[in-house]
Amino acid sequence: MNSSTANMTITHSSRYTILDRPGFRLGALLGKWETLLALLFVAAFLVNGILVPNFLDPYNLADGTFNFSEKALIALPMALLIICREIDISVSGILALCSVALGLANTHGVPPALLLPVALAAGTVCGLLNGVLVTRFALPSIVVTIGTVSLFRGLASVVLGDKAFTGYPQLMADWGQGYFFDVIPREFVVLLAFAAIFAVVLHATRWGRRIYAIGNNPVAARFAGIEVNRYRLVLFMLTGAMAGLAAYLLTGRIGSTRPNIAMGWELEVITMVILGGVSIAGGAGTIGGVLLAVLTLGTVTYGLSLANVPGIYMTIVIGLLLLVTIAVPRLLRGRKVAK
Amino acid sequence: MNMFRQRETLLACSIVVLVCLVGLRSPVFVSAASLSNLLTDSTLLIMLALTQMLVIVTRGVDLSVASNLALSGMMASLLASRHPGLPLLAVVLAATAIGLVLGLVNGWLIGYLELPPIVVTLGTMSVYRGLVFVLSGGAWVSSHQMPQAFIAFPLTRLLGVTHLVWIAAAAVLAAWFIARHSRFGRDLYAVGNAPSCARYVGIPMARRLLWTYGLSGAMAGLCGYLWVARYAVAYTEIAYGFEFTVIAACVIGGISIAGGTGSVTGAVLGALFLAVIGNALPVVQVSPFWQSALTGLVILAAVLINARDGKHGGRQILPLHLLQRGAA
Repeated sequence: MNSSTANMTITHSSRYTILDRPGFRLGALLGKWETLLALLFVAAFLVNGILVPNFLDPYNLADGTFNFSEKALIALPMALLIICREIDISVSGILALCSVALGLANTHGVPPALLLPVALAAGTVCGLLNGVLVTRFALPSIVVTIGTVSLFRGLASVVLGDKAFTGYPQLMADWGQGYFFDVIPREFVVLLAFAAIFAVVLHATRWGRRIYAIGNNPVAARFAGIEVNRYRLVLFMLTGAMAGLAAYLLTGRIGSTRPNIAMGWELEVITMVILGGVSIAGGAGTIGGVLLAVLTLGTVTYGLSLANVPGIYMTIVIGLLLLVTIAVPRLLRGRKVAK
Repeated sequence: MNMFRQRETLLACSIVVLVCLVGLRSPVFVSAASLSNLLTDSTLLIMLALTQMLVIVTRGVDLSVASNLALSGMMASLLASRHPGLPLLAVVLAATAIGLVLGLVNGWLIGYLELPPIVVTLGTMSVYRGLVFVLSGGAWVSSHQMPQAFIAFPLTRLLGVTHLVWIAAAAVLAAWFIARHSRFGRDLYAVGNAPSCARYVGIPMARRLLWTYGLSGAMAGLCGYLWVARYAVAYTEIAYGFEFTVIAACVIGGISIAGGTGSVTGAVLGALFLAVIGNALPVVQVSPFWQSALTGLVILAAVLINARDGKHGGRQILPLHLLQRGAA
């Protein structure tokens, strides 16, 4: 792997050369997080394909995407937030509240076509509350969202009581559990479309570069004229809106709103993002990595469920994967002396 | 006079006011039995908040406490149900030791490998919770499988209050001693206030972090036994989501998530405040569904109040040359 690095020595005319873009190096490509994830994904896919009968059945594979699509939709904006040095623990609470909003709107005769805007608006308002608390009062986002998760979920359970909302229109079921061309789940298509949008925004626009700048050094970014707080506020609102979208799809898929909807999702979503190579310290990470992490986790979960392994074993695998993936690079690189 | 401006005093006053208000509405709440019940209910939260405080002071966070509690509790109950002849003390020590080991795993990853605490404990949280299921096979260990002494211990009364309260009181004293009067504890504050300075003055950061998370784990292990014995049942989902309640208690108690600030009194009062809310709601006939929403509001209010306090910044202890010249 390292043989290619030896013949890459460039003859320098000056002491420093600053390249616009680092030259292509196979070693660097192999060392990239996304490459490792892609290999892991392929390995997981192959192992499952060989060991688990029926794994490669296209209908099975398509159905396997249902159990991660909604979480992955929230993981996308969460990646932007974490790159920006913020975090949102309250996503599952927002999702529950949006689902309740959907249920209320539905029982009060709001036409099916207007339910999606209801969910998005409810999510955006929740995100706005998080964002205002973080930006206006300069509070750490982890503390704010630990507070709001209990507030949002609490409000949801106050409205719900010991009842549940059911009887959602066919339109929601179509989007939640329907297929395009009878094979490709609509949720998965929605996920891919949003992943493409997020990738373009993060990697090819000025907004995306600024998000990295804020994550690397918020103070320097502010001095460089970036409206740091406005970006944070918008990202929190975006996360809320995406949680609203996820609520729409999830509610449509399971056809009911119960108090324990999406319980514990915040940690699964954050695990996806971190496994995708987004640095918890901010300023680094890619949408491609997050999507690969989502697919890898989805493949492993799905293979295990086909092999009749209880779902909770999956949490061990995910936890170990998370620990190993962050510990191994550090062990290989050796210990730094000063901080 | 300064005492009245401290947030601990404010918090203590609001707890007293809250208890009195609830007492006015329904006097049964301030009866001795009800208050002692309240105290017993709050002990586990208090104990976990104490060690969580030490962790947060070092700029860390331990999300794995609830899973650790569930795993040590399950192992303790399995141990007790398989070997009923084992003395109770051995079971308690085993639970604490298991918790300690689980905590040391966190501490090693965070201290020696310098990995971010939130990620490490997020990972171990899933692993520990999954291991509970693996160990128990998904089955419950219910009260008839546990020895009588095992279940009876936490709620047995000694001098009028339960053993739980005595243990919590001892934990509070120990935490107070560690935080205020031991080199270990003072080092933790230094680490949280300025990690690079702490390193330059020669504080063995890795070792300190290792044992901080170890302490947090050991406390979770002890609480694991107490939890399982008190509710007389052990299953995979016990204390699910409790880590956020513990962190919330710390936040309400004025312990800054940015590290370096926090007191034992704050942690205890924060935990008591949450326990009072939890116990008062049914008494004043508010639907228990409101509890989570109110907890959220209280956390946000506490954070906002604490943020206002924090604006004063550090105290100037060295003379500023510019100011002196201006004054002269």
